[in-house]
Amino acid sequence: MSVLIYTDSNSGTLTKNAFEAANYGALIAKKEGITATAIVVGNTNDIASLGNYGIANALHCNDASLSNFDPQKIAQVIIQAAKKINATTIVLAHDYSGKAVAPILAAKLDAGLVSGAIALPEGNTVKKAVFSGKAFANVEVKTPIKIISVLPNSVDKAITNGNCAVENFSCEITSTRLTVKEVKKASNELSLTEADIVVSAGRGLKGPENWGMIEELAKELGAATACSRPVADIGWRPHHEHVGQTGLAIRPNLYFAIGISGAIQHLAGVNGSKVIVVINTDPEAPFFKAADYGIVGDAFQVVPKLIEAVKKIKA
Amino acid sequence: MKIIVCISKAPDTTSKIAFKDNNSQFDEAGVQFIVNPYDEWYALVRALELKEANGGNVTVLNVGGAENDAIIRKALAIGADDAVRIDAQTADALYVAKQIAGYVKANGADMILLGKETIDYNGSQVGGMVAALLDVPYVSLASKLTMSGTTATIEREIEGGVEIIETSLPFVLSAAKGMAEARIPNMRGIMAARTKPLNVVPAFEATNSTEIKSFLLPAAKTGCKYVDADNVEELVNLLRNEAKAI
Ligand SMILES: Cc1cc2nc3c(=O)[nH]c(=O)nc-3n(C[C@H](O)[C@H](O)[C@H](O)COP(=O)(O)OP(=O)(O)OC[C@H]3O[C@@H](n4cnc5c(N)ncnc54)[C@H](O)[C@@H]3O)c2cc1C
Ligand SMILES: Nc1ncnc2c1ncn2[C@@H]1O[C@H](COP(=O)(O)O)[C@@H](O)[C@H]1O
Repeated sequence: MSVLIYTDSNSGTLTKNAFEAANYGALIAKKEGITATAIVVGNTNDIASLGNYGIANALHCNDASLSNFDPQKIAQVIIQAAKKINATTIVLAHDYSGKAVAPILAAKLDAGLVSGAIALPEGNTVKKAVFSGKAFANVEVKTPIKIISVLPNSVDKAITNGNCAVENFSCEITSTRLTVKEVKKASNELSLTEADIVVSAGRGLKGPENWGMIEELAKELGAATACSRPVADIGWRPHHEHVGQTGLAIRPNLYFAIGISGAIQHLAGVNGSKVIVVINTDPEAPFFKAADYGIVGDAFQVVPKLIEAVKKIKA
Repeated sequence: MKIIVCISKAPDTTSKIAFKDNNSQFDEAGVQFIVNPYDEWYALVRALELKEANGGNVTVLNVGGAENDAIIRKALAIGADDAVRIDAQTADALYVAKQIAGYVKANGADMILLGKETIDYNGSQVGGMVAALLDVPYVSLASKLTMSGTTATIEREIEGGVEIIETSLPFVLSAAKGMAEARIPNMRGIMAARTKPLNVVPAFEATNSTEIKSFLLPAAKTGCKYVDADNVEELVNLLRNEAKAI
């Protein structure tokens, strides 16, 4: 019995979500008194840093055929690693990669999958978010192998400073019918799903020309920017900034909602945020019910002052 | 080209979420059910567009009980040619995937489109499972799909960006925003839907790999702490010293 964690990398470095998955898997192993091993694929640096997340062993399959993301191939590698270490629990992050790979693993291993876990398992039962964050469910896995994908930013890091031994792992990879033609990485903008702080604005801002102050506030805070759906639909902001039920679901530590009413479909994508700040002229705006901190006021007056105040405290 | 669009039933996005029977069941009282938005707006509409451009047939497939017929008729009203309901009750994704894969193995399909996730259980599971069971490529979180003969060019979301990939038929794809523009059924579609075939077939043998034991609601926010609009520095103070968020 052991735990296997798939730790994904992006442009040669392990992702934040990968470290969170490693931490989660290491905590399960500790709780159950078994070992945790990470599996890394493709050209990836600094695998040994997984030691800081409680992982003592990592298998690295650096096969040339893995240079592009292909979930079918990654699943093949994970399955071979799982056999090698007799894994009974397999952990991934519930991010773009995990959403592609985890279900393939589950079907191939005939194993129950709990996706979007937000807490460590209790026995065979795992807590996950359902109804777009409006509720949670305790899901029991009934198969010998459990697969769990963990929702980003939901399980705190239990700091350990250990060493991680990296072992080369060669495996058989059969080709697939999928070829990657082009990869368009977003410029060095902070990825919205990985950002600790998100500054988001809605139709209350009146027009795209007014986003300068939103971007400036985000820059001062080291935050990513987001928007409500109508703002993306009318083309004030790019579509990839749209958060909510039909856009991205995000879980930052801090979410600023500026000129956003707080419709239930918007909340569905942001209600996992740890701290929510709402700035709105309307004291009755539904968003205040979901807020931790609120300012009833005009964004055009409040935000510039906020930028100054942040500058001051950061100085 | 034979396209199958898998549709699931979901509570309307404005539904009040409540549970009954000792928090073991979703309380459906007063809840309006819809076709899961990703399945309807993106997967189904893109399938119809491809059919309109290249010919073929669009079948909507649902795994569920007779109570799902209303949302299946809605998908027919939007333009699907026919529907199949595999008669089974379950909330387990692998079970659902085995039903869909079983049906496709028996009846064939060139392309299987699903939504990126259901808005109730938020699994993002069924598509990848169906692909693995059929041993065909899985393209997850796709935002664009074009066909040229039997070659598909697809844009999909990956960590930190998008990528453009090519694959050949058959494949499984999960659809996200960007794929298509939602359509509203017109009167003619609604009338036609009444007489389109909705075939009910028995379930394939399978067991559940997971089971929901209980539900719970998040702890209510303890209340919003208001800061005066003229005292923005106080907000920054609270965020730093109380919330420890900046
Ligand atoms: C099926 C479905 C799915 C949906 N999915 C999403 C989704 O994923 N994401 C999403 O965001 N929406 C979604 N919506 C839309 C959602 O219902 C709301 O319509 C939308 O979120 C409203 O956007 P908004 O808050 O920017 O605009 P509005 O509702 O117009 O609110 C603007 C707010 O700005 C405030 N305001 C005005 N002037 C100022 C000022 N000077 N300073 C400060 N505040 C000001 C107003 O008081 C108001 O509260 C969905 C809807 C449906 C039906
Ligand atoms: N009962 C079902 N019948 C048919 N298709 C389904 C069913 N449940 C889920 N799907 C499809 O699988 C997709 C992903 O669902 P899920 O894995 O539950 O998030 C949905 O968007 C649907 O397209």
